[in-house]
Amino acid sequence: MMQWFKRNGWYAAILVSALILPLYVENRYFMQVLNMSCLFAIGALALNLILGCTGQASLAHGGFFAIGAYGVAVMTTSLQWSFWVALPLAALLAAVVGLLVGALALRTRGAYFAIVTLCLGEIIHLVAGNWLAVTGGHNGIMGIPPPDVIPVPFLGAIGFSTLSAQYYLVLSMLLLTLLTMHRLVKSLKGLAFMSIRSNEVLAESLGINSFRTKMTAFAIADFFVALAGGLYASLIGSITPSVASLKITFDFLLFVLLGGVATLAGPVIGAFTIPVLAEWIQFLQDYQMMIYGFLLIIVTIYFPMGLMGGIARIRQKLEKN
Amino acid sequence: MELFLQQIFNGVMLGSTYALVALGLTLVFGILQVPNFAHGHMYMLGAYVCFFLMTVAGFAYWPALAAAALLLAVAGGLLELLVFRPLRNGPHLNAFIAALGALMILENVVTLLWGPRAYRIPNPYPGFLDVYGVMMTPQRLLVIAAAIVLIVLLQLFIKKTKWGGTIEAVAQNSEGARLVGINADRVATMTFAIATALAAVAACLVAPIFLIAPGMGTMVGMKAFVIVILGGLGSIPGAILGGYLLGLIEALGGGYLSAAYKDVYGFGALVLILAIKPTGLFGKEIQDR
Repeated sequence: MMQWFKRNGWYAAILVSALILPLYVENRYFMQVLNMSCLFAIGALALNLILGCTGQASLAHGGFFAIGAYGVAVMTTSLQWSFWVALPLAALLAAVVGLLVGALALRTRGAYFAIVTLCLGEIIHLVAGNWLAVTGGHNGIMGIPPPDVIPVPFLGAIGFSTLSAQYYLVLSMLLLTLLTMHRLVKSLKGLAFMSIRSNEVLAESLGINSFRTKMTAFAIADFFVALAGGLYASLIGSITPSVASLKITFDFLLFVLLGGVATLAGPVIGAFTIPVLAEWIQFLQDYQMMIYGFLLIIVTIYFPMGLMGGIARIRQKLEKN
Repeated sequence: MELFLQQIFNGVMLGSTYALVALGLTLVFGILQVPNFAHGHMYMLGAYVCFFLMTVAGFAYWPALAAAALLLAVAGGLLELLVFRPLRNGPHLNAFIAALGALMILENVVTLLWGPRAYRIPNPYPGFLDVYGVMMTPQRLLVIAAAIVLIVLLQLFIKKTKWGGTIEAVAQNSEGARLVGINADRVATMTFAIATALAAVAACLVAPIFLIAPGMGTMVGMKAFVIVILGGLGSIPGAILGGYLLGLIEALGGGYLSAAYKDVYGFGALVLILAIKPTGLFGKEIQDR
């Protein structure tokens, strides 16, 4: 028992404080920021799988976020389906699109892959803005209902109209994503992902089918970022083509790179600290993109492993002394 | 038939600017191996500098164009020096991400200075000509002519001058170039300066025709990448041909299929071609680092 606490005490403490957080946050606006951070953390973890673990910079990430958002929006408004049916279907749709697109895009490597996925993301953005019949064009879709009430026998029902209820929803989704990513990264499959990042030719010579492995990572990443997108659409209540814009992709990239690429904690830390910091320096809002830009350049030049990498380096130095 | 000829004319005009922008990028990406995604934003900055010089500083069109090219050449050199040089030996991806950082800064600066709205540069040559039913404006003809002149000048510079020769030497074999005493750092800065100046000139040429806005850089940058990859990395004829080809694809697609999706055709073509031939049309594989 003591040993378990020694090893997992920090995680338990963080989990407990995450669970009781809504009791202490009274500012509704700040609560909303936290909800969004949970969402972004899901998407950042997904990007981390394909970019951090597998080494493929998918810049269509915002596009797949939008597929999830539009999927849920269309299914719950035009088709009047339940949110709980729409969300997994939208995420699956993104995974299928990811497989189709990946079959083309993953044949390229390195900066070429980044550029091809950038183009694909832009195609999704343009389609979202112009396919009037389905996406509502540049006006987007409004009046997306919040997640449906879940009836619980004998106890009543779980509703999602309050911010704290929504918080527990996104938090549980985030925990689910973390758990999946943890299991995945520690599995044989996860080792295959990382072997491709380190040396694709060598990995192939060991009998790893690199194309299929990259496809798997890409589809899983698209599934989870679409999950975040679907939650976003339902919690915010309206979406416009801007959910597919490059800015969303850049945000995810920033969370992963500043937090620490190829770690599980890094993207989550990035997704929480950056939006919270952004609120804190609200008066500098006009300079936000500039600050992000400088951070991105400084981090890639001086701290290529992000915050988590920096912490690990400091810890190593301390242990040596 | 008249519609067809009109679209061809528009396509060639559009292609002229694409060719100039792609020419710069093919030098930077193909020869120096720097995937400078901020290239399109330098184009945007060039247009704004020209706009500033004409409306606030009272420059005439041609001096403004020349000054913008010069200033942007300095900016391009600085970008190489401050951002890309420290990353030269890292993976390409890091340079790409740093370029994203640079473009965020550029877009933010321009938005702060001029606001998010679009502007039009005063047209130095108003009026239009009707040639067998095809509408031409002097400015559009100027874009086509100026692009040809610049392409020829660049070729002469690279083939006939010592400085240009160092660029070609680095392109052929960067280690060999260093062995015979070529300063690779200086070549890198110079290449960036030339590439950025070309983008600035292209921007100043079309700015009186189209509107300028802070967000326009992303699209131009993406298209330049499309052209450079399609034309073959580092291939100057490839970039020129690819530029005109993309201009024609967009003009014809926009005229005959659907104008709303005009930007999709080029990206779609890139995705398809790379799917069939992952190293681009003229297939020179990028060295993995």
